Amino acid sequence: MNEEHSQEDAVTVTGLRYAFDRTGTAVDGLDLTVRSGEVFGLLGPNGAGKTTAIRCVTTLLPVPAGMVRVFGHDVTTDRMAVRRLLGYVPQQLSADGGLTGRENVALFARVFDVPRRERADRVAQALQAVGLAEAADRMASTYSGGMVRRLELAQALVSAPRLLILDEPTIGLDPIARTGVWDHIMAIRAASGMTVLVTTHYMDEADQYCDRVALMHQGRVRALGTPRGLTDDLRARLGGDATPTLEDVFRDVAGSGLDDQGKGGEFRDVRRTRRTASRVG
Amino acid sequence: MSAAPAAPRPASADADGLELLLVPPRSRPAWRLVPARVVAMCVVELQKLRHDRTELYTRAIQPALWLLIFGETFTRINVIPTGGIPYRDYLAPGIIAQSTMFIAIFYGIHIIWERDSGVLTKLLVTPTPRAALVAGKAFAAGVKAIIQAVVVVLIAALLGVSLSPNPARLLGVLAAVLLGSAFFSCLSMTIAGIVRTRDRLMGIGQAITMPLFFASNALYPTASMPGWLQAISSINPLTYEVNALRGLLLDLPARLPLDFAVLLVAAALGITAASALLGRLSR
Ligand SMILES: Nc1ncnc2c1ncn2[C@@H]1O[C@H](COP(=O)(O)OP(=O)(O)O)[C@@H](O)[C@H]1O
Ligand SMILES: [Mg+2]
Repeated sequence: MNEEHSQEDAVTVTGLRYAFDRTGTAVDGLDLTVRSGEVFGLLGPNGAGKTTAIRCVTTLLPVPAGMVRVFGHDVTTDRMAVRRLLGYVPQQLSADGGLTGRENVALFARVFDVPRRERADRVAQALQAVGLAEAADRMASTYSGGMVRRLELAQALVSAPRLLILDEPTIGLDPIARTGVWDHIMAIRAASGMTVLVTTHYMDEADQYCDRVALMHQGRVRALGTPRGLTDDLRARLGGDATPTLEDVFRDVAGSGLDDQGKGGEFRDVRRTRRTASRVG
Repeated sequence: MSAAPAAPRPASADADGLELLLVPPRSRPAWRLVPARVVAMCVVELQKLRHDRTELYTRAIQPALWLLIFGETFTRINVIPTGGIPYRDYLAPGIIAQSTMFIAIFYGIHIIWERDSGVLTKLLVTPTPRAALVAGKAFAAGVKAIIQAVVVVLIAALLGVSLSPNPARLLGVLAAVLLGSAFFSCLSMTIAGIVRTRDRLMGIGQAITMPLFFASNALYPTASMPGWLQAISSINPLTYEVNALRGLLLDLPARLPLDFAVLLVAAALGITAASALLGRLSR
């Protein structure tokens, strides 16, 4: 049974389009395949459409055009099956400040139908796995940004997801907290072999942690490959001895439109993150 | 510390202390989802109340004032035709219904808060059908309302209202409060789904609570209302809740089957409407 699953792709997106009433097209014909077991990075500047695409994969948004499958299940017709396979950490910092860390995780154990007899142990293991065992019984409103993110990771992991979806997991965190979040993600992934789909606009993180990346710009994938492969290709094309970074690859594929796009996406992201941060603690 | 349960041990060596996180929980049969989610939401509500009880205390003030000042005064003046019982007694069930309705009618604010803070988004990506989430929230509001009802019953008893001590009747009281709050909180969540901001919901909540209260039999019998108000009162679920509470608490002749039927249907309609609009909050 396991072999059969590991052959199957974790996510298949074909021709996905999504347009908002107010701001127009956000995802414009996205094609994407995430293989089972890999860490796949969806990269792009703010406003590229990463979050919108992720929200279609997680069943939060409908799929008006195109097709999205998660381990073979269509996200429009087989929502519940898809949701059972997913762990999701949204872009916005979102833990319930009126509950303790442990209670926050226990809620997710309950809504994923973890039986009562193993609930406490499972919750404890999830908190342990993200390094929050000590702080588990403090109110989440007293957590730092990095701790809230790790708490959210624990919430996502308590149901043993086969696909972990992280939307800008390190946005707004200081460098040490960023490393902390990634270290926990990679450790758990090494143990469980789960697939990770992560969006980020930090190219250095993608370079370091992702097996493959897709560079997204204005709603479409502009380049796809391993971080190493993409930079090597660009070097071969440009000649010269300087080693290009992923960021250079990005400037190359996105062209000059990179600096003036966004339609206010950047501003909204920052505002949203701040608003939560002040609410949570 | 954590005793390893009898789950199949994974092969990986890195899995120490993580073994439960490698096995997905079995899914429950569909018919168990709704009750399971209702329990989950109610547990969260109780945990929050345990951490912060201020709301519990501040919410006791208004009903106490209604019973103490309004109730005592009108008992003395004795102008409201209550069918021979002291007005204080007549009023108590009305105040239970009113103060629990107030809690429920602002419950949608929690939903908007949860949506703004991203908590709702994450719940929507769990195997929880929308209707189960809404039912869970509705009954969580009911849990708050029941606690409030118990507080008001105690206040009323202290003020000398002669309430029925029959446990079956008291259970009936809790059921009526639960259903009434489920309806009003769904009304609130429905409005939340339409207006989508906290301020607008606050405004609408303020605008409708008093009309719902006055267009019911909470303060005075329907018979003494003008005809148009009687008509409104007869489609106001609060009237049926008050009727049930009055019948149960004061041991009066009542139309309990009708009252409970109306409350059940209202709650079911509320859950349906709110679940249909919940998706608007995730866009
Ligand atoms: N809820 C929304 N309503 C209207 N427009 C939106 C909404 N969310 C995103 N957008 C718009 O869609 C585009 C893509 O946004 P998003 O998917 O958030 O990009 P990213 O996650 O890559 O920063 C942007 O132009 C943004 O302004
Ligand atoms: Mg985003």
